[in-house]
Parts: sequence; C-alpha cells; structure tokens
Amino acid sequence: MAARTLYDKLWDSHLVNENDDGSSLLYIDRHVLHEVTSPQAFEGLRIAGRGPWRLDTNIATPDHNISTDRSEREAGVSGIPDEISRIQVQTLDDNCDHFGIKEFKMNEMGQGIVHVMGPELGATMPGMTVVCGDSHTATHGALACLAHGIGTSEVEHVLATQCLVSKKMKNMRVSVDGAVGLGVTPKDVVLAIIGKIGTAGGSGHAIEFSGSVFRDMSVEGRMTVCNMAIEAGARVGMVAVDDKTISYCKGRQFVPKGDLWHQAVKYWQTLVSDDSAFFDIEVELHADDIVPQVTWGTSPEMVAPVTALVPRPEDQVNKERRKGVERALEYMGLEGGTPIASIAVDRVFIGSCTNSRIEDMREAAQVAKGRQVASSIKQVLIVPGSQMVKAQAEAEGLDKIFIAAGMEWREPGCSMCLAMNADKLGDGEHCASTSNRNFEGRQGKGGRTHLMSPAMAAAAAVAGHIVDVRHFLSESTTGVNL
Amino acid sequence: MKAFTQHRGLVGPMDRANVDTDMIIPKQFLKSIKRSGFGQNLFDELRYLDHGEPGQDCTDRPLNLDFALNKPRYHGASILLARKNFGCGSSREHAPWALEDYGFNVVIAPSYADIFYNNCFKNGVLPVILTEDEVDILFLELEATEGYELYVNLASQTVTSDSGQVFNFSLDQFRKQCLLTGLDEIGLTLIQADKIRQYEVEREKAHPWVYGAIK
Ligand code: SF4
Repeated sequence: MAARTLYDKLWDSHLVNENDDGSSLLYIDRHVLHEVTSPQAFEGLRIAGRGPWRLDTNIATPDHNISTDRSEREAGVSGIPDEISRIQVQTLDDNCDHFGIKEFKMNEMGQGIVHVMGPELGATMPGMTVVCGDSHTATHGALACLAHGIGTSEVEHVLATQCLVSKKMKNMRVSVDGAVGLGVTPKDVVLAIIGKIGTAGGSGHAIEFSGSVFRDMSVEGRMTVCNMAIEAGARVGMVAVDDKTISYCKGRQFVPKGDLWHQAVKYWQTLVSDDSAFFDIEVELHADDIVPQVTWGTSPEMVAPVTALVPRPEDQVNKERRKGVERALEYMGLEGGTPIASIAVDRVFIGSCTNSRIEDMREAAQVAKGRQVASSIKQVLIVPGSQMVKAQAEAEGLDKIFIAAGMEWREPGCSMCLAMNADKLGDGEHCASTSNRNFEGRQGKGGRTHLMSPAMAAAAAVAGHIVDVRHFLSESTTGVNL
Repeated sequence: MKAFTQHRGLVGPMDRANVDTDMIIPKQFLKSIKRSGFGQNLFDELRYLDHGEPGQDCTDRPLNLDFALNKPRYHGASILLARKNFGCGSSREHAPWALEDYGFNVVIAPSYADIFYNNCFKNGVLPVILTEDEVDILFLELEATEGYELYVNLASQTVTSDSGQVFNFSLDQFRKQCLLTGLDEIGLTLIQADKIRQYEVEREKAHPWVYGAIK
C-alpha cells in the first residue's frame, strides 16, 4: 500500500461507501452534543419520525448557555436567569431523556465544555471519527482522532444515520522544530502558526502538527493547538499517537480495560503518518522564533509578539490589508505604533475550550501566586473547563491562589468566550482573554479582545496592562514547562 | 432540503474580508430552539445602532444608516456580494438560516470558510465562488449602477450581468445535484442502511472498544 498520512488512515478506516457523485459516506464513532446547535436537529428527527441510529455513540452536555455563578448554578436549570437560555438547556435535557442519549447534566460530575469533557472522560479516543455541532471539535484531534465541527443539519444526519456525507480534504503538515523558550506556551505556538499562515491558510485541509515542539508538548497542550486549527481555516487539526497519547488515555472512564485495552493500544500505535507520506502543503516554523503572542486586532491572524508594536496601516503594502488594519484599529481603539505591552486591560478571562484544562489553571496560578490583581482591573474570571478540572484545581488549592489574588473562581462552562450568558465585556472594554476568537462583539458588543496564553493573561491581570510574562518568571520556575 | 435552480435578483454589498458568523448572526440569537425568524437579526451589530436581543420587535430599532444594506437602493437585495473567507468562525447553521430568512438566495465571494460553505447547501442558499478579480469587477459595477441585478444559473454554473458578461463558477457535483433537486439527504443516506450495518459489524470485530462503553 502507498504511504499514507495519519489523516488518510483515519479516513480510510471510516469509509462506508464512495458514492458515484464523488462524495463519500463516512462513519462517525463519537457524536458530542450541546444545547445550542442540537434543538433544531432533534426537532427534525421528530418531524420526520426518525430516531437515533445507535445510542452508544452519542454523548451530551450543556456548556454554552449556562451560568458560571455558583448560586445561580446551585438553583439548577430553573435558576438560569435568562428565560430563552433556560428553555434551551431544558430542551437538551428533555431531548436526551426522550431519546435515551447519555448526558452529563449541568451540575453533574463529568459536565463541562464539550471539547474538555470528551477527552477527559475518555469518550474520545485515538482513531475515532468525532463530530460535534461546534467548530472547535478539532480539539479532539490531539488524540489522533479525525475530529471536526458540523452544522445543525449534519447533527441531525449523524443522529439519524451515524454517517456524514463528506469529501476528503487535502493534507497539510505544520512542523515546528526546536525547543520553545521560557514563558512560551502551546497557545503562543498556535497563535504564531495562525499569524504565519493566516485565518484561511488551512482551508480545505486537514492539518497534522508535527516536529519536536509537539512531541515535547503535553497532550493537553496539543489540544490547545488543535483547538485553534479552525482559526487557521482548517476544520481538522491532529497530532499523531505517541506514548504520551496512550498514557493520557489510560484509566479514563470510557476507555477500554484489560485485554481490550491492549488490543486498542496496538492499533493506536499505528496512527502515525508513514515516513514518505505526501502532504499537499508543508509549513515550517522554528521554535526559537516564537515568543509570547498577543492579538491586537479583530481576527486571530492579527497577532504579534508581545514585544512588538501595533502595526501602522500606512506600512501595509496591500490595499485590502491596509483597509483591514484600519478598520480593526478603529474597532479596537488603538493607534498604530503603540507598544503592545502597554495596552491597558479592563477585564481578564481565563477559560474556554482552548485554555481551561488543569495545566492551564496551573500555568495561570503560577503567575498569580502571591501577587495581586491591579486596582484598575474590573474583573478577572477564572472559569475551569469542566467539573473534573474544577475538582482537581480545588484539590491542588489553585482556587485559593486565584481568590487570594483578587480573581473570581467560577463554575465550568463557555462563559466569556462567547458571552452567551451574563459574563460579558462592556462597550469599549479591553480584555486579556485565553479564548480563541477576537471577532468584533464576540465577548460582548463593542468589547475588545486580546488573545493570549493563560500565563500572559494572569500577568496582564497583575500589571493592569498587557505585559511580557517572561518578566514574571525566573529561570528557577521553568520546572513547569510554561 | 430546499431546491435551488436559478435566480435573478438585486445585488447588495458586504465589502469586507473575513466576515465571521458572529457578525452574520450574533450569539444572543443562538439561544432560540427554532430554525426560523433570524432574518431580522442578520448582521445585527452592524445594522442597528442599539443592542439587539432575541424575541425583540426590530421595527422601531435605530438603524445604522452607514451600513450598506440599510441604504434604500439595496432594499430587497437577494444576492449578497462579499469578500474573501466569508463565513469564517463558528459552525452555527444559524448563519445561512439568517441569510435565507432575510431574503438572500445567493452569496458571491472569492472564498468561504469550509463549514459555512457546506451549511449553505443544506438550506437552499447557493454560495458562488468567483475569482478576486471578478468579484472586484462586480463591486465596481454594483457601486456604479443603481438597481444592479445579476442572474445566477446553477445548472450551467454561470453568473450573468445585464451588460452580458458571463462568469463561470465551479462546485462539487454532489452538492450541485442535491441543491438542484432539493433531495432529503438523510433519506438518501438511509438507502444505504445495509452498507452502514455491514460496516458496523466489521468494525465491531476489528475495534470492539469503540462501541458499548457509553450507556
Ligand atoms: S469555549 Fe468558546 S469556542 Fe469553546 S465551545 Fe465554548 S463557546 Fe465554543
């Protein structure tokens, strides 16, 4: 057989049929559902008199719309203050109960942001096809899954048929070699990649991240990277299986045990690209060139090193780009030429499916420890990605570090990543955010988002403005690979 | 699924690159559990000067008169002319639902984000890809011509202007066929139910751990 990429292998092993019209029927192993993109799909099933094809492939949880405030959460679904949100969360519960789909309900252990809870429960495993009505499904590719977001019509299609009508994407490999320096995190690596290839750079492609930087990175760090593949235009981001992948999976709730475990591991070890496999596009970056990154504009590709200046529109050669920079700076209330590490911040958000895992919490806590939030900052929200992350962080005492620093320790959910609940920016406010999108209005109408790592966001909270986190770190703290 | 064969209509501009789905339909409207009624909130943050909430009556909201689609000359537009990477960001199908509900049957742009592009076909909205140069020409003509209309034919894969210029576009044949006939895709897949079952039997033998854990 010809040499194949990881993506080729995953595709081939899920092919049910190649249709005459050039499309293919692809089998879906794991379907993750949440409250926002599923109600219309369940309604479609009901109208057509259809039911789920099989139940043990689906797993659901509410995340986007729920409150992160403890007292509101304790009041249960009926305590969700916004009526329309309450109906949506209740609708997910009702649909899952009605059709018999396994759901981790709002306050149950296991609940969390879909892309945090799937891997941590072992519901997503290497070699699977994973879909969810959410574009950040690529996150699961860190476990060598073929994982991508789908629309609501496709949610209905997968529920009803366990398949998707798909067309094979092209292969792209992004290699980063070398070793990253102090204070450079997986978030910085992926922002640097997006800065290099642009928000449409991966369109039509499945990206495999390879090279020593990803080999050295933890599995959670790989999730941060794969999560943002979509911000580079690619629906799919992946990292091949290695020993770290396998030890990450071991012992998780839905992962096989005993003989089945050994059988699975044997198969998982084949989930790597063959040496001479062909990639349609190859991109290379060098770890030495990557320093902590911050976005200054309204698209994730509008990113720069924290040591840089905000770009000037007049320096842009391309006319369309100049217009884009002008518009972004106007929205962001920034002048070209301003040092990025001087931009004042009003609020800080540490959370989202990009950066709300236990390692992210540790990374932020390491900076927050023994320090105080600057008096000019209105709010610092620390939102763990799941009930399990929350419990683990509390067991390690991280919540106390945050609270002592003047930060708020919240209940798990999407929160200010997209501000569907009460966690929002005010008009014109700047936010140091560990989320994945800095689009206009994403975190609240008129809100101005600066994407960065958890360490950088925690440092901004302490300084009151964007700051190079490396000033906060001494060589002695490199034990935790920040 | 709604069919699309051909369409003639007034063109409206959205002259910026990387228009994301948050911009097409802001998140507060995603709380709805319905598929319809999103048109009045299409481009909500650009279109109105105040903050919109779901369920609100939009008739008396203050309009942003600088926003092109609010200009009287573009009222009733059913073809949206846009720039590259249109529909990037979130996978929300609410974006094509909002475009369709507003009255757009066609979007023309140099490129789209993958998921948005795919979602359009499920909702009878045709996303046409022309080159950047062709889109530039159309923007110039649109600006210069009051009441500018285009004719789009899916079968022949062409966009025709009144001045007689014809632009060809390409798309996947399977997407084209589904849109032309408005077929029920789920029904089509279920015709292959036996193949799916066969796949499951073989898969369960090879990778038994995939099944059964989640109950
Ligand atoms: S955390 Fe943000 S990006 Fe992730 S699933 Fe939730 S809303 Fe989407």
